[in-house]
Amino acid sequence: MIISVASGKGGTGKTTVSVNLARTIGSGVQLLDCDVEEPNAHLFLRGRETGSEIVTIPIPEVDESLCDGCGECGRLCRYHAIVSFGSVPLVFPELCHGCGGCTLVCPRGAIRETGKRIGVVETCDANSISLIQGRLDIGVAMAPPLIRAVKARLNREMTAILDAPPGTSCPVIATVRGSDFVVLVTEPTPFGLHDLRLAVDMIRELSIPFGVVVNRMGVGDDRVHRFCREEEIPILLEIPDDRRIAEAYSRGELVVDRVPEYASHFATLLWNIREFRNAGGA
Amino acid sequence: MKVAFTTSGTTLDAPMDPRFGRAQGFIVYDTENDTFEAVDNRQVLNSAHGAGIQATEAIVRQGAKCVVTGHCGPNAHRALNAAGIRIYTTEAPTVAEALEAYRAGALATLNAADVDGHWS
Amino acid sequence: MPESKIQELVIISGKGGTGKTSIAASFAVLAGFPVIADCDVDAADMHLILAPSVRERHEFRCGNEAVIRPDDCTGCGRCRDLCRFDAIAEVKGGGSYVVDPVACEGCGVCVRFCPERAIDFPESLCGEWMVSETRSGPMVHARLGIAAENSGKLVSTVRREARRLAEENGHRLVLVDGPPGIGCPVIASMTGASQALVVTEPTVSGEHDLERVLKLARHFDIPAAVCVNKWDLNPEMTERIEALAVRSGARIAGRIRYDRAVTLAQIQEKAVVEIDAPSAGDIRLVWESLGL
Repeated sequence: MIISVASGKGGTGKTTVSVNLARTIGSGVQLLDCDVEEPNAHLFLRGRETGSEIVTIPIPEVDESLCDGCGECGRLCRYHAIVSFGSVPLVFPELCHGCGGCTLVCPRGAIRETGKRIGVVETCDANSISLIQGRLDIGVAMAPPLIRAVKARLNREMTAILDAPPGTSCPVIATVRGSDFVVLVTEPTPFGLHDLRLAVDMIRELSIPFGVVVNRMGVGDDRVHRFCREEEIPILLEIPDDRRIAEAYSRGELVVDRVPEYASHFATLLWNIREFRNAGGA
Repeated sequence: MKVAFTTSGTTLDAPMDPRFGRAQGFIVYDTENDTFEAVDNRQVLNSAHGAGIQATEAIVRQGAKCVVTGHCGPNAHRALNAAGIRIYTTEAPTVAEALEAYRAGALATLNAADVDGHWS
Repeated sequence: MPESKIQELVIISGKGGTGKTSIAASFAVLAGFPVIADCDVDAADMHLILAPSVRERHEFRCGNEAVIRPDDCTGCGRCRDLCRFDAIAEVKGGGSYVVDPVACEGCGVCVRFCPERAIDFPESLCGEWMVSETRSGPMVHARLGIAAENSGKLVSTVRREARRLAEENGHRLVLVDGPPGIGCPVIASMTGASQALVVTEPTVSGEHDLERVLKLARHFDIPAAVCVNKWDLNPEMTERIEALAVRSGARIAGRIRYDRAVTLAQIQEKAVVEIDAPSAGDIRLVWESLGL
């Protein structure tokens, strides 16, 4: 089973839920940190690194001896990543999405592809949790290809937890696409509710069963609960606003290790995910 | 010869726009018959990336051989060079004053990008 | 007015949920009628505090998307083989193919190479952007469509319009609430800004993400200042983070205490500095330290 942990708003506790859920499952679990702009799960699991692989996207390289400057490549490229002004085309690697169109369209076979580095995928062994994380290079704009590279390491034999980036746009979709269940983490505040609505719209668009975790219960009001009731969205878990949780988090410690009474909370979450997944979720 | 000026207006007394790729528009001035045409660049303005490249394509379509602007990023610089377009920089406040400086041969050519990409 | 006279402060955080928007909304109140740009277009929350009345709405189009005409598709599968984004699948039962609009990157390869020319390539509507009035100044904000791509382009649009408003109406400050992360939308929100304020929190994640976002600021050569929000949750970590900030070439803009009234203000649709909150004074000091 593939479980994505997402949220519209950042900082609601996605990583907290992901790492503690992984620890609760215990063994035979993969944790994929797909928040490749700011991967944080490793700060809590502190495993032993077992591998690191450079991820590239294919970008065009023009053989000047074959090119006759016809400009077909530039006319096809939607991203202005290859442009010809009646001579050998210029390539702008940071604009290239790696669609391969220019190599296909070149009538003289003058364009071949070469790799451009965008980041790394690191694997790490943390007490029987297999952590796989993407780390986008600084200054690189395109996260989705790196997220796809992280997900290429999914092992269907294991339960996988995908820690998604915040928001609702391309990198989030690249992460949750293909999941069996999505856990949306929110907090009971006006910002939390507003961003939860956006995330719910997105997940419904993707037709994946989902439920909600309300973090920091007690800080705000009841509007998130009212919304979930009206929309018939299951609340999978409520995590109280407990200073001990915030402190454990600030030091990079797992809540289930530090405050053992929360172990049963995360066991309940896991049980609820399985139940609602089988029932089709929201 | 046709010269393109980056501007936020459509007349010769319009202010210069110091940006190249993300200029509001261009005035393409034909020095042979002293006529000019205003070209809207707002379509390009909307793109997150590649504005300098698209602006270069627009200028090539207009048949301009040089461009007068404030600054120019690395992508735009490469594209303009490849298209054989000379780049002049100026701090003149209006297109008319920039044109005068161009005619007087008082403008500096830009041989390398002078701002970072994404400068907007 | 020459553009260089307008200051543009972008507020970013690397990590999400550090209190960036609450602080940005307070700055909007303190700044004395700036132009406000909500560039966190994925999860725009500023309007929940500033209660804008919308003056203009504009459609936001971003590229094209491939659509296969089922009647003309012969089911050869060429499009699926060529698509690098895994966006084309065979219709159940076979015989024809369909594009998943969520996965389509709009590259147009399938459109160009379909032997039957059975694929259309219409422009796609990705959201809208708005110009509004608020009690603290005009605001440009946006809403990205569900599962839409290309928020970097929408961020650029919001910023450009905010700057145009400032130029036209003589505002001397554009206040940008940026998105979390370090990718495309963040790059689009900060390049060319006159100053970046990074709002972080005293946690291992805050520390880790600060390091990356400061590298980004250096990469684009933007002067950065750092403020630690909820600093008293972990004073030791706060000191570590401030030391890291200084090592990375950033200025320290101050500390803001942990304050439950921040949520209270949110519920009342007010900025923190508009209510009697313990942290309001801290926010004022941070604002003053920016010298804007």
